Amino acid sequence: MKPIKELNPTFLTQEENKEHLINYLLETADNYLILGQRLGELCGHGPNLEPDIAITNISLDLLGQVRSFYQYIAQLKANQTTEDDIAFLRKEREYKNVLLVEQPNTDFGYVIVRQYFFDVYNRMFLNALQQSADETLRSLAFKGIKEAAYHERFSGDWLKRLGDGTEESHHRVQQAVDDLWIYTDELFHSTASSKAMMEAGVAPDMLQLREYYYEKVEQLLETATLKVPEVEYFQKGGKKGMHSEYMGRILAEMQYMQRTYPNSRW
Amino acid sequence: MSEAEIKNLEEQFEAKIAADEKIEPKDWMPEKYRKTHIRQISQHAHSEIVGMLPEGNWITRAPSLRRKVALLAKVQDEAGHGLYLYSACETLGISREQMYEDLHSGKAKYSSIFNYPTLTWADIGAIGWLVDGAAIINQVPLCNTSFGPYARAMVRVCKEESFHQRQGYEIMLSLCNGTEEQKQMAQDALDRWWWPSLMMLGPTDAASTHTEQSMKWKLKRKTNDELRQQFVDQTVPQADILGLTIPDPELKWNEETGHYDFGEIDWDEFWQVVKGHGPMNKKRLEDRKNAWENGAWVREAATAYARKQNDRKSKSA
Repeated sequence: MKPIKELNPTFLTQEENKEHLINYLLETADNYLILGQRLGELCGHGPNLEPDIAITNISLDLLGQVRSFYQYIAQLKANQTTEDDIAFLRKEREYKNVLLVEQPNTDFGYVIVRQYFFDVYNRMFLNALQQSADETLRSLAFKGIKEAAYHERFSGDWLKRLGDGTEESHHRVQQAVDDLWIYTDELFHSTASSKAMMEAGVAPDMLQLREYYYEKVEQLLETATLKVPEVEYFQKGGKKGMHSEYMGRILAEMQYMQRTYPNSRW
Repeated sequence: MSEAEIKNLEEQFEAKIAADEKIEPKDWMPEKYRKTHIRQISQHAHSEIVGMLPEGNWITRAPSLRRKVALLAKVQDEAGHGLYLYSACETLGISREQMYEDLHSGKAKYSSIFNYPTLTWADIGAIGWLVDGAAIINQVPLCNTSFGPYARAMVRVCKEESFHQRQGYEIMLSLCNGTEEQKQMAQDALDRWWWPSLMMLGPTDAASTHTEQSMKWKLKRKTNDELRQQFVDQTVPQADILGLTIPDPELKWNEETGHYDFGEIDWDEFWQVVKGHGPMNKKRLEDRKNAWENGAWVREAATAYARKQNDRKSKSA
């Protein structure tokens, strides 16, 4: 796809723009990292071999994307920073993922609902990102879009099965929908960096897609015989580095080796 | 069927095996052949899925993104092996549910090696190098085994296993080229995994109850002791390259035989673990049972949903 507009060739020579781009890349890729990590916890513990394999696949796709995004950041920083420094050596407040992706694997219903809420967003996002003014982002979006479509099909199909399956599965998955719904709105929040990138044509305007997102999700919930939760307040904070209490433990586990054996090659 | 007819079928069956032709699921086969294959193939499938657990233990803690992705992919391959082995076994007239039940009740076995814990990252390297190495030695001959579905599954399994083994060795190589602490981690892993890996190749020939019949059916081409010797001969030079010491003071090259001599395996430990009293037997089975039981409502939902969809289709048709 063609970019919406051409990037000014001097754009990235300005430190401030580069800083915003790096932040914007983190806001995107940290979601992939933390969700990939959460899914990795499930490997070998699935309800059956087929979904076990599929969930591992999604985790692999997300972590593959993480690597490409962090490698791009490392390239922009041009100061010996590696993808692993970015993944493993930041402090909790420096991670910019949304709260949704750090929510725990309470049961298979929560795993599927968390995934579906993210997948619908991610597919719309990557679809729009294919028109980014930034060439690297365009190609990353192009690479990720097919995977994202598969992820959405997987989680959407399971959501239908669980919602319209047995009484027990219906109740369980409705509970997951009710509990996770409050984390969806944050996906569409903009930040100083995402705004700057939007103005430059690097980032899509996700706020414009918010309505479409809810339309799509609500339609699937209806097909799955599930109720759309009515909530007064949504949760937010992840994009500003204010995470849930789960986050510290995710990082403690994920960073363990890099923190215990600094400056080692693996 | 008359006795003469059965005898005739038996003769045809034996002739096929002798001619290296494959036995397919629809072919007549002696009951003992069917049972032995269900036992071995299901045991093999169980080993793949129980084997996901010790390595899965390090997915969330892998030291780099590259290693995390490779480990996830490896454990996923094992799930895939489990899947095609269960399918091969199902062709012999046993359901996957029944096989799981036999695993959970302790009736069916899986490879004892997975009853040891993975304590450090180096264990992930050692498992790939040694455990997958021993598994390949066990499994390569099975690509030519007499039962068609098993032989075909094994061709795929072996290809992936040899990739896993290289990957494991490469982890060890990185550690051995690393800091002093990393080298110690690698040596410690070798110290802990060496003897259990030798045990993986099974009891000595004198104590092996199934060897003779299995050789006849080409479920086995070499005896346990021959395979073990092959493993030792192949692995010692690899340890030398890593600069690691194999934890066996009696290990030495024998000019005369052209093989390494090695010390006596602790068979008491072997039987202790086989009988269910290894360090992780209880935990591994618990994890499998939990995954299966906690997933019951999910599987039931999928079945119920599929039934509803079918009903809707047939109503609208």
